[in-house]
Amino acid sequence: MRIPRRLAWALLTPLFLSPAVPGTRAEAATPDPDVKLYVEECGACHVPYLPRFLPAESWRAIIAGLSDHFGDDASLDPETAKRIEAFLVRYASPRKPRADRWPPLRISELDWFKRAHRHEVSPRRLKQAGTWANCTYCHRSGEGGDEDD
Amino acid sequence: MFERLRGLLPFLFLLVLPVLAPPLRAAQPGPAQKAILEGYRKEAGGVEFSAERGRKLFSERHVGGKPTTPSCTTCHTADPRNRGRTRAGKEIAPMALSANPDRFSDPKKVRKWFRRNCRSVLGRECTAQEKGDFLTFMFSQ
Repeated sequence: MRIPRRLAWALLTPLFLSPAVPGTRAEAATPDPDVKLYVEECGACHVPYLPRFLPAESWRAIIAGLSDHFGDDASLDPETAKRIEAFLVRYASPRKPRADRWPPLRISELDWFKRAHRHEVSPRRLKQAGTWANCTYCHRSGEGGDEDD
Repeated sequence: MFERLRGLLPFLFLLVLPVLAPPLRAAQPGPAQKAILEGYRKEAGGVEFSAERGRKLFSERHVGGKPTTPSCTTCHTADPRNRGRTRAGKEIAPMALSANPDRFSDPKKVRKWFRRNCRSVLGRECTAQEKGDFLTFMFSQ
């Protein structure tokens, strides 16, 4: 089927207007100023997980529970918490990923994560890494747990 | 023979150098760090801080906090000059001033981490006295 030129441009234009989603090529050109804040605050104790790994509901639940964040106090001042929550929700996964519970609070609870890692990681390796949360123990070149490395 | 010795006179200063050289380990807190310490001193009512009390606070096991973090040493290791590791595996820069001269120079960060970590380890906020003792200990390391 031959696509008329005007229609082709109409279809392609959204690509040029696409938002600077972290992890995509567009991001390098126009980085969201909140990326730096997120990496600084949330990347202090662990890998700054890519927002697209979890849906908005998960991020909201995590920000609401920062004073007991998987066993640690990770509380933020209200203004920073609000800003980071908005950032995470902005780039959250639009789909509802299958997981043990809803909303999933751990990326490692997601079905796709379990499938991707099940036959890749020996119990010994996991013990060395300490926890599934320690992505960069194995994914060395990523500072966001990019699954391609 | 004495002519030879006289030739060496200009190099006598070399004997004095080791005495003048600053001690390799100790680092001095800068104005930003001193200001933070002063802030806690005022808050604590002008008390004297003790590095020894700070050391105890740092290395002892505490009850009342979260079970995963019974002590500061859980993440920071027993020696403040070491790099620490968070429970998620991320490296933490050393807290000893000698290993990290810029440590504790940002008041916002100092407030944030005292708030979080005192709650995690002790189950409560640290008093201004405890914070001052802790910083005094770290400045001495």
